[in-house]
Amino acid sequence: MSPSLFVEQSLNGVQLGVMLFLMAAGLTLVFGIMNLINLAHGSLYMAGAFFAATVFQLTDSFTLAVLVAVPASALVGAFVEWAVLRRFYQRSHLDQVLVTFGLILVFNDVVRMIWGVVPVPLSPPDALSGPVHLFGGVEYPAFRLAILAVGALVALGLYIVVSHTRVGMWIRAGASDRPMASALGVDVELVFSLVFSAGAALAGLAGLMAGPITAVQVGMGEPILILALVVTVIGGIGSIRGAFVAALIIGIGDTFGRVLLPPALGSMVIFMLMAAILAWRPKGLFPVHG
Amino acid sequence: MSGPILSIRGLEKRFAGIVATNNLSLDVQAGETHALIGPNGAGKTTLIAQLQGELTPDGGAISFDGADITREPAWRRARLGIARSFQITSVFPAFTALQNVALAAQARERHGFRFFKNASADSALTRPAMEALTTIGLDSRADIVAEDLSHGERRQLELAMALAMKPKLLLLDEPMAGMGRQDGQRMTKILAGLKQNYAILLVEHDMDAVFALADRVSVLVAGAVIATGDPAAIRSDSAVKAAYLGHKG
Repeated sequence: MSPSLFVEQSLNGVQLGVMLFLMAAGLTLVFGIMNLINLAHGSLYMAGAFFAATVFQLTDSFTLAVLVAVPASALVGAFVEWAVLRRFYQRSHLDQVLVTFGLILVFNDVVRMIWGVVPVPLSPPDALSGPVHLFGGVEYPAFRLAILAVGALVALGLYIVVSHTRVGMWIRAGASDRPMASALGVDVELVFSLVFSAGAALAGLAGLMAGPITAVQVGMGEPILILALVVTVIGGIGSIRGAFVAALIIGIGDTFGRVLLPPALGSMVIFMLMAAILAWRPKGLFPVHG
Repeated sequence: MSGPILSIRGLEKRFAGIVATNNLSLDVQAGETHALIGPNGAGKTTLIAQLQGELTPDGGAISFDGADITREPAWRRARLGIARSFQITSVFPAFTALQNVALAAQARERHGFRFFKNASADSALTRPAMEALTTIGLDSRADIVAEDLSHGERRQLELAMALAMKPKLLLLDEPMAGMGRQDGQRMTKILAGLKQNYAILLVEHDMDAVFALADRVSVLVAGAVIATGDPAAIRSDSAVKAAYLGHKG
């Protein structure tokens, strides 16, 4: 592998990693605090991409697309939590998996009814459409670098909110021991609704950033959901820090696995990584529950 | 004493046919330390859980400070002034002692959702937290992560968390459980200091501590109160002796 290819693939890996982190952050907190498995998280990713594509088609402004799509995704998340998922906190994981899998089908069909089966075009903003020249003559798409920067900024922001603010203190307490947090006067359900909406906003953000790179189409949320679940489990359920580290491991591992190994083996790399890490640390890298 | 701070009437709780709380009525007076004793399985912890809000009763009523709280969620009861220490030590292991208590201190703030305020630099939280740690004698350990504290220190930390909520009523579920003689005596001394300022409902197996601390004692057997009285009267009550104290001679 030439040095320039190595640099390019490393950047690709980190960029996939930050995308996965945006997805996994919401997933891991929802699972950690309310013990809810939400397979429909990928649908929020898809929703973000479709909202952005529509606004972009109407206004030709990527900035406006972001400004509309992120809050819209949060609203969709808040609605789903309020209308459906709230009734499933006390139910078994199997019930939760079934209802959220059902939600995936509903979301996919709603999107098919509104937007059709043909991918909707979403191109990167003009300012970021070209390549950037890096050291050593490496060229790299500006938009992918921008994704990397946005992901890193969001990760930093989340870290500050979760580890240094009052709401973060509540989130960590709720994720660690829910009855105890309630006994101390934390309205865990309110905190959870906020976390769910914030997680939906981040999933929407990830989806709209992925749009110009992949394709805005029905079912785009499922492959990334699987990777995000892997990240959640490896990182330790409920741990933001774990999600960040695991997302980078999976992003880089998946990217290099696909480049260096034969295709059949390459797509297995992350699952072998997951098995190895779980054999070594069954509760993930940064376990939250004692 | 100016009337009950906590009043329980006809409380009922069943688990799949097993009666855990059976038409239970009990008053805790303002400023009183009220001990709850009874054999294992009498329903003491179940009662505490219903008072704190972790469990919802099947029937009856609980009123606290003049308001009916039977259906209130746990977090609102905490804000009304009910603090509970758990039977099994329950602190947040990854937080420092001070952070644990600061989390508890935010409960007494009745208004203002200052979500994004920096929690560890917020003196509105850290000052009362430090005071509570000092009261309990744990101030020198403020910056130690809870999982590195000894068992006795964690029980103290739990108590400090309850105090930081500035409660009107402390529900203490076996605060001496698992403590050695020395730690137990130390805890009794701490509680003796606290009873001046708080109404306390104390569940405890250590009879020396119960008779040293309690103003009144209620005896719980099979989910119902069979006797309530001052410690001397309870000690000499024949029904209580038969049901509970008997095996201790």
